Amino acid sequence: MLFKLNPTTGLPLYLQLMQQIRHGVESGVLQHGDQLPGIRTLAEDLVVSPNTVAKAYSELEHEGLLEMRHGAGAFVSAKRNLAFQMSRVHQARGQARKLIGNFRDAGLDDDEIRRIFEVELLNPAEVLKRR
Amino acid sequence: MTSTCVIETHALSKSYGRVEAVRGVSLSVKSHQITAFLGLNGAGKSTTIKMLLSMIRPSGGSGQVLGKSIDDAKDSVHLRGQVAYVSENKQLYGYMTVEQMIRFTRSFYSDWRVDIERRLLSTYELPLTRKVASLSKGMRTKLALLLAFARQPKLLILDEPSEGLDPLGIEQMLESLVAQCSEGTTIFFSSHQIPEAERVADQVCILHRGRLVLDSSLDDIRQSYRQLELVFLTVPEESSVRVAGVESIRTVGRQMRVVVSGNADLLIERAHDLHASSVEVTPVGLREVFMETVKGK
Repeated sequence: MLFKLNPTTGLPLYLQLMQQIRHGVESGVLQHGDQLPGIRTLAEDLVVSPNTVAKAYSELEHEGLLEMRHGAGAFVSAKRNLAFQMSRVHQARGQARKLIGNFRDAGLDDDEIRRIFEVELLNPAEVLKRR
Repeated sequence: MTSTCVIETHALSKSYGRVEAVRGVSLSVKSHQITAFLGLNGAGKSTTIKMLLSMIRPSGGSGQVLGKSIDDAKDSVHLRGQVAYVSENKQLYGYMTVEQMIRFTRSFYSDWRVDIERRLLSTYELPLTRKVASLSKGMRTKLALLLAFARQPKLLILDEPSEGLDPLGIEQMLESLVAQCSEGTTIFFSSHQIPEAERVADQVCILHRGRLVLDSSLDDIRQSYRQLELVFLTVPEESSVRVAGVESIRTVGRQMRVVVSGNADLLIERAHDLHASSVEVTPVGLREVFMETVKGK
């Protein structure tokens, strides 16, 4: 899988990596049993600290999306939650579409809508609560 | 991952006559991490590094590197075996060829990593038979990096490692740093190049006019620093938005630009209470954080 980390988006790199792996599983790029590159390989590839990759892998292992096999690397473990995740994303997309439609009907233009979402998403309270 | 400190200083200071180059710096650098030591030219980075390496004596304060005191002569000899240092001017023997320089350095270290030496020789495309004196600045830097990396030190201290390197050279240097960190080496590098630090560093320390003005993990910086653009029809007093965490406020007309190092949600709430007609939040990159810290203090 190809990753792309952006150092200036205001999101820690390990969280970006987690999101991209999660998205990879949801979109089917990554499937149950697939092997991810080792921590060292991926760190060198992305030119980020190995601690960043280690943290992302370990959090995803905690979530049950990755399985770390000693000496062998990280494997995707998505049997159970894949279908659930996909339906969740599908559902959320529908809700977002409806919500955006409502905003447009109310006379907001897309730039304003985008700003509203961005303010909410950048609100650090949510991230802090998750710690 | 263990996180004991490999570098620890308390109120470390250095004065040259009346000039205070380093003023009361208390650093703690965790093991197995990549720490970037940022600051403008003349901020005191090299002086601090030289004190850590017992190359110059502090005027005040104390420090430990790998658990050994930095102003103990006996410890200092021991430390030099475990700490690799790439200096700003990359001191090498000009009369030797690249190959001789490598063989000479290798003879001092029993655990020299031939695999790393070979890998970097080919990545850096170093000409083995050329005299060191005739190498370009970038080539000298690469050779100095190779000699430091192949030693497989516990701690690697680099003073402006990207100086003199072209963009490809910088990329290769950063890749080597990452690889070295995977091998268990703690890395402490000084730089005034923000983008390179922003990518590879776990921790960032900013030195300004001899003082440590920021010591934070990049994750924390990314999560807590925000810039808020507020628009008010009636602009409130700046003091009314100065909640904890506000680093700077700039008011132009009805617009207020506020940089916070935390508590962005608190400020958003405050802005709504003050009837802001628009609230925009954007992340703040390390460059802006650096500029804020350096300009403000």
